[in-house]
Formats: sequence, C-alpha cells, structure tokens
Amino acid sequence: MIELTNVTKTFNADKHNRFTAVDDISLTINPGLLTILKGPSGSGKTTLLALIGCMARPSSGRIRLHGIRTSFFSDADGGSFLDITSLPERFLTEIRRTTFGFIFQQFNLVKGISALENIMLPAYPTGEGQAVFRQRALELMELFSVSRHAASPVDWLSGGELQRVAIARALINNPDIIIADEPTAHLDSKLSSEFMEMVGTLKAQGKTILIASHDPLVYDSELADAVVGMRDGRITGIRGAP
Amino acid sequence: MIQRPAILALSIESLLVCFMLIYAAWYGRRILEKWDLRSGSELQLELERRTYLISVILSYTLVFQILSLFLYIFTADYLHSLFTGAMCAAGSLGVNGFGYPVLILKIVNCLVAGVWLIINHVDSRGYDYPLIKPKYELLNILAPLVLLETVLQFAYFLDLKADVITSCCGSLFSTEKHSIAGEVAGLPHGPMQLAFFGMMAVTAALGVFFCMKGKGGALFSIFSSLTFVVSVTALVSFICLYLYELPSHHCPFCILQKEYGFIGYALYATLFGGAVSGLGVGSLMPFTSNPSLSKVIPPIQRRLVLVTLALYLLFSLIVSWRMLGTPFRLG
Amino acid sequence: MNASLHRHSNILDFALSSLLRRKSKNISLLVVYTLIVFVIASLIFFVQALKREAAQLLSEAPDVTVQRMVAGRHDLIPAGYGEQISGIRGVASVTPRLWGYYYDKFFGGNYTLLVPEKKLVEPGNIMIGQGVARSRKIKDGDQMVLVTSRNAFLPLTVRGIYPSSSELVSSDLIVLSAEDFQAMFNLPAGQATDLAVAVANPREQVTVAAKIAELFPDTRPILKSEILRTYDSLFEWRGGMMVVILATAVLSFIIFAWDKATGLSAEERKEIGILKSIGWETSDVLLLKFWEGIVISLSAFLVGFVLAYGHVFFYSAALFEPALKGWSVIYPQFRLVPVIDAYQLSILFFLTVLPYTTATIIPAWLAATVPPDAAMRS
Repeated sequence: MIELTNVTKTFNADKHNRFTAVDDISLTINPGLLTILKGPSGSGKTTLLALIGCMARPSSGRIRLHGIRTSFFSDADGGSFLDITSLPERFLTEIRRTTFGFIFQQFNLVKGISALENIMLPAYPTGEGQAVFRQRALELMELFSVSRHAASPVDWLSGGELQRVAIARALINNPDIIIADEPTAHLDSKLSSEFMEMVGTLKAQGKTILIASHDPLVYDSELADAVVGMRDGRITGIRGAP
Repeated sequence: MIQRPAILALSIESLLVCFMLIYAAWYGRRILEKWDLRSGSELQLELERRTYLISVILSYTLVFQILSLFLYIFTADYLHSLFTGAMCAAGSLGVNGFGYPVLILKIVNCLVAGVWLIINHVDSRGYDYPLIKPKYELLNILAPLVLLETVLQFAYFLDLKADVITSCCGSLFSTEKHSIAGEVAGLPHGPMQLAFFGMMAVTAALGVFFCMKGKGGALFSIFSSLTFVVSVTALVSFICLYLYELPSHHCPFCILQKEYGFIGYALYATLFGGAVSGLGVGSLMPFTSNPSLSKVIPPIQRRLVLVTLALYLLFSLIVSWRMLGTPFRLG
Repeated sequence: MNASLHRHSNILDFALSSLLRRKSKNISLLVVYTLIVFVIASLIFFVQALKREAAQLLSEAPDVTVQRMVAGRHDLIPAGYGEQISGIRGVASVTPRLWGYYYDKFFGGNYTLLVPEKKLVEPGNIMIGQGVARSRKIKDGDQMVLVTSRNAFLPLTVRGIYPSSSELVSSDLIVLSAEDFQAMFNLPAGQATDLAVAVANPREQVTVAAKIAELFPDTRPILKSEILRTYDSLFEWRGGMMVVILATAVLSFIIFAWDKATGLSAEERKEIGILKSIGWETSDVLLLKFWEGIVISLSAFLVGFVLAYGHVFFYSAALFEPALKGWSVIYPQFRLVPVIDAYQLSILFFLTVLPYTTATIIPAWLAATVPPDAAMRS
C-alpha cells in the first residue's frame, strides 16, 4: 500500500516561472488493485506517478510505503511502514528497482540495441548474474509472444511489439507494483484493448497497477477498481474503492 | 629543472589534484551550510547531486596520490646521479629543505584520502546521510594539506641545484650521525625485533578479538597505527639490513630499486594498506551509535580489521621469509 | 563480492556496446588520444634510450681528464705535466691523448681526428666512421685527401670503416697514426690535447682531481661523473624543452576531451534519461562512464605505446630527426636499444591518461545526474 499525505511538488521554486505540478494531494493506493489517474494533460498525473514510483522527491508532505521488502527494510507483517520522503537517491532507486516496474508513454526503449537487451537493462545494476536474468527475459518474451524478435534492434519493431517489449521490461525484476503513464496514447483501439487484457492478467497475478490516462478505454474499463480524477495538480474526485 | 618529463608529470598531477580538491572543498562548505535532508527543495536535490561528484573526485584523488607518491620517490631516486654524494632517493630528497616534508605530506594525504573514502562508503549506506558533516569537515582538512604539498613540491623541484653536495643514504642513515635518521638506524636490533614482532602479534590478537566479540575497535585502531610506525622504524633499523645483506645499509629507499626485486613496493603497499584500514576502523568508532548506521558499521569494521590483519600478516611473512632465507645474520 | 563483480561486468558490457554505437565520435577521440600518447611516448623512449647509450659509452671515459686552460679556453697540455701527475698517490696511470677537429671545406661537416692509445693503423692509413664514408661517398680501400694546417694535401687510404652499430660514437670519427696527426695539425713537440688519468679507487677521484688542480692551477681536471651528469642534464633539458611544447598539445587535448565529453548528443542524453528511469542509479551511470573512459584510455595508451615503440626502436625516431640534428651535418644512422621500464610508463600515464580522466570527471557527472523523471517528462 502507498500512502501520500499532503504531498506537494513545486518546480523552479525560487524563480519567476515557479510551477506547482502537484498541490497538497493526500491519497492511498491499495495493493492488488488497479487504480487509474484520470485527467487532462497538465493535471499533474505524470508528476504524481513519478512521486509514487520513487522517481522524484516531494517538495513537502510525506509518502509512505507499506508491505515492501528491500535489503535495508523488511515489512513482512505489514505493521510498520517505510517513509521514503527523505531517502537518499541510492535507497530510493533500490526500492524502485525491486518494487516498481514502469511503462512509459513513449515506451522509452533504448534505440540501437536488441529487444532482449532492452528488457534486461533494469537488471544490470542489481548484481545478479547475466545468465540468470537473461533466462527471465527470454521467458518474458515468450509470455508476450515476441521471442522471435529477441535479437532484433528495437528500431525494427512495430507499435504493438514495442508495447509488449516495454511491458516485459517493466516485469524483469519481478516488481509488485506496475506504473504506466498514458500507455495507450499511441495505440489504436485494438492494441489498446490488448493492453488492457494484459493488465487484467497482471492484476490476476496479484500485482498492484497504477495507470495515468485520459483514454476512456482505460478509465471506463471494468477492471478499474478506483478512478482518481485530477485537475491542476489537485484531486477532483475519487470513484470506487480506496 | 622543471622541464624533465617526470617532474612535469608530477607537477601536472599535483596541480590537477589540487584544483579538484579545492573545487570539492568549496562545494563541501556549501553543503555544510545548507544541507537539510528533510526538505525536498531543489537546492537540497542539487546538493545531493554534488555529493556524487565529490565522491568521484576523491576516489580519483586517492588513486592519483598513491601513484604520485611512488613516482615522486622514483623520480628522486632517478635524479640522484645529478647530485654529488647522492646514491639513491635519500640523497636527492636531502638536497634542499623541501624534499622530505613533501614525502611526509604525500604519505599523510594518502592516508587521509583513504580514510575519507572509507567514511564516504559508510555514509552512503546510511539512509539519512548520517556522516555528511564529519565527511566534509575532513575534506576541509585534506584540501589545504594537498595545497601545501603541491606548493612545497614545486619549491623542492624549483630549488634543485645540481652543484649542491648532499649526503648519500649511507651517511644519512649511518649510525654515527646524530640525526633522526641516524638515531633510528642506530636502535639496537634485539629490542627492535622484539618490538616489531610483538606489536604485530598484539595487533593481530586485538583484531581477532574484535572480530569475535565486536569490542575494542578503538584500541585496535590505535595499535594498528602504532604498529605502522614501529614497522617503518623496524624497516630502517634492521629489516633493511637483511634485505641488503649488509650490516650498515639502512636506507628505506634503496629497496625500491630493481636490484632488490622491487621488494620495497610490496612492503610499503601492504604496510600502507594496513594502516589505512586500521585508521578507518578507528574513524568509524564515534558513529556506531548512530541509528541509521548501527547495523551497517560493525560488518564494515570487521571487514576492515580483516584487511588490516591480512596485509600486516603479509608484510610480516615477507619480512620473515627474507630474514630466514638469507645466510646473513645479525650478531 | 559476487554481486559487485556482476554489476561491474554487466555495466562494462553496456559500456562497450554504448561506445560501439557512437563510432564516429569515439573514433575521432581515440585517434587524437592515440596521437598524443604516441608523440609523448616516442619522446620519452627516445631520450631514455639515448641517455642509456651515452651512459654506456661514457663509462669508458677516463676517470679524470686533465685539460689545460689558457685565458679561459682549452689549450694544448705539455706531456711533462703527466709525469708529475703520475706521482700523485692514487693515480694508476697517465696517458697523453691526441685528438682534434677537422672541418672539411669541400664536403662540409666536422670530423673528429683521433690517435688511439694502442696503435691501430700505420702512417698513411686511416679508419673512418660511417658518417664520414657517407658524406665523402668513399669505401674501404679508397683514398681520401685532407688539408693540413700548412695547406698541404695529405692523402690517406681507408683501411676500415666502423660498423653502423657503433655509429653513435664513430660516425664522424677518423682514426689515424700519431705521425699523420702531427702532419695534420703540426703540434709543437711534447704537447698533447689532454691527459687521461686513471685512478685506482673511484672514491679517490675527487681527491686526486683536487691535487692535480693544486699542482697545476692552469689545468681543469674533469671527473667522469661530471661528464655523465652534464650529458644527463643536456638530454633531459632538450627532451624537457620539447615536453614543454608538448604541454601545449596536452592542454589542447584536454580541452578537446572535455568538449567531446560534454557534447552529449540528444540521443545520448535521452539514453541516460531512460537508464535512470528504469532503475539505474547515479553511481551506476557514473560507473558506466568510468568504464567507457577506461576502455578508451587503455586502447589509446596501448596502441600509442606500441606505435611509439616501433617508431623509436625500428625506425630510429625518424619523425624527430629534424629537431634533433643539432649542429652537425653528419647525422648518425643508428638503431637504439629498446629500454622500457615501469618508470617511463608511469610518466607517460601521468602525462596522458591522467589529464584525460580529469577532463572527463565533471562532464561524466553532469551526464549521470540527469533526474530520473526527466525521461517521463519529455
């Protein structure tokens, strides 16, 4: 579970072009559920995702993670929490690597290298042997039916194939939480539905999923457990559980 | 004189390291003033980014300084042919008043840089940058030391005059001379051997005790540093005699030459390595009660102690092997 | 331990692939880097080898050479001085030496004429060095004509040419008999060019020299160690001068390296942003940059070193010839003996790899501290 309390993120605080992307947000993301952040572009969804996914530090407020396990903190019984607000980058990144998997709007795959290598990249700094995570990567490619592209440079792949490679990459370190930022923005309806199907599969595996989208196909999906409306950095309303 | 390639190389290295450290210390001061981990402000994020740069700078500094220490001694050795009366580095360093101070400073700076890196490593394991202040305070000590070393090194090389008659190590370290070097060389062999092997044994015992019980870290650190001093003294006093198989050759620099199989490097490398690790153990003692470090420090200290023990053991083994392996015997 | 090794090897893997992906930028960097290493290494090897040669040769020099000075200039010395000097305690032997310079008006070039201690040639015959043979275009058995100080022609037959392996010493040498030497220069009787004094105990050289100077205040005794030292200084000075000039080149190289390192293309920046966003920490990216730097430095160092070795020891530093010819028209062709040691390598390292590494520290850090969420934003 992820708990945000009065979280604010301001950019260029001391300059004239000061901009508050996330304004005093308090929110709880529940484990095992699909939560959707819905809102127009500029509403702060991306920034909020970055904050939740340990990619950025809030300017003020607190973020707590419950039920995660890292090398320096174990919360097996779920009783205590880890406050990640002031964690140094080193620890934040370690949490992010092991707990979160990211799918970006532009897929953000590294051009010029193969699909397989792209999928393996997040595992490089973890200290695991290459043989081990290579095997996992191949299995993931198998799962998403892109095995035949293992050695192809990603530049050759089609939109749908790229999407599946991006999802495979997000899963390489067996994360508990998947975060996707506008995953269907560049996809047609068919691919978008395929994407939601894969989300369903992941949810069935017990993963927590968080998606930011202004695509009705996503936020009106039956799979969604909670839809959080956002505008101008604030929450406008929550439909469904927290 | 300054044009010789070796001197140019050393000067360039000193200048570069100096600039890097002054840069680092400058930012270090800013960090000391403005650091606030709780705040998520952009200034804080910027400061955190800077600490990475400073760690990288210090890592390179340590490597460069160690290399320059050896290059300095080697250059001094190389230059000995220019000075009447100099047979090895000992003579070249004695040509003017700067030679030996520069050597001592280089050694000190290597040790301090090594300790800094150990503290930095421990700091990065704590989830709230617990050692940020001690770290940058230490940097504020290191930077001026390196600056001083650079200035003195320039002074030494600029002031080298070929017609000055200096002493060769034979006379510098001769037992008849009334100087520190002479006094050290003149220390009686029996007690010195006892002192050397004794100190090594005590340090080893304390180290093993620490590894098993986790207590006595400060004592270990103190003893390992004392052992370092005693070992260097022992080198001059009797170990060198065995290495050269001559009853009067006490020079600690000649063992770096090819004739003796460069054994000096092995001896000094192990000794210094052990000294840095030992110092590291002691430097971490004040912080064991820190909440974020209480689990982190003990294993690191244990590892450092093991490193010290291993290196000192290696040193002792090399010395013993050479002492036993030669027909030469001291009376 | 294992985890750390894996991390290094994985990131090294990526570093290599990263370098290969940006071939044009890295190749131009590599070429310039290798060139710098090549030039500095050639210089260091060359000077080093020459010094070794000189030291070896000069070890044959007499322990003390006694020259007579008149009005501050080197003049002939009476052989009679030698008798008195041999009486000094510690002196093993005194030998008067006959040698001088001859300037060849027709063919240009200065020759050194020398009468050896042991008689090597009969009057009318000479042995010459390769440089003389080349400049006069003569071979064994030919005749050569020199002009004496009384403007008479002296024909001499070449009975032997010194082998090229000795060129560094013998290139401009003409060895002749004492009679021919006398015919050439018409020295007054009982005079020699200088005296070679052998001292039995090396430690007594200084004392003997002092005594000679006391005995004959118009002489200048020169110790062998002083000669060695002077040559040492000379080589270093000349070599050092070039190094100072090279310092400019190194500086430009640093600026070039800095420029290459900071000039990350948009593609590279994006790639690092992606790495940060998928879970690479700043220190991981720094490690990546470190390995890239090491690969480039090692390659440049090795290739530059090997090329310099070949240049100096197989091609006799052909590129330096113009700068080093000095005052002589006769430039010896020689093969230098390879002499490399760890000391030279470390100097080379300090002058090349160190500046490069320092220049790339800050650009590497700037690249590595891209915020992880930057990739999300673009």
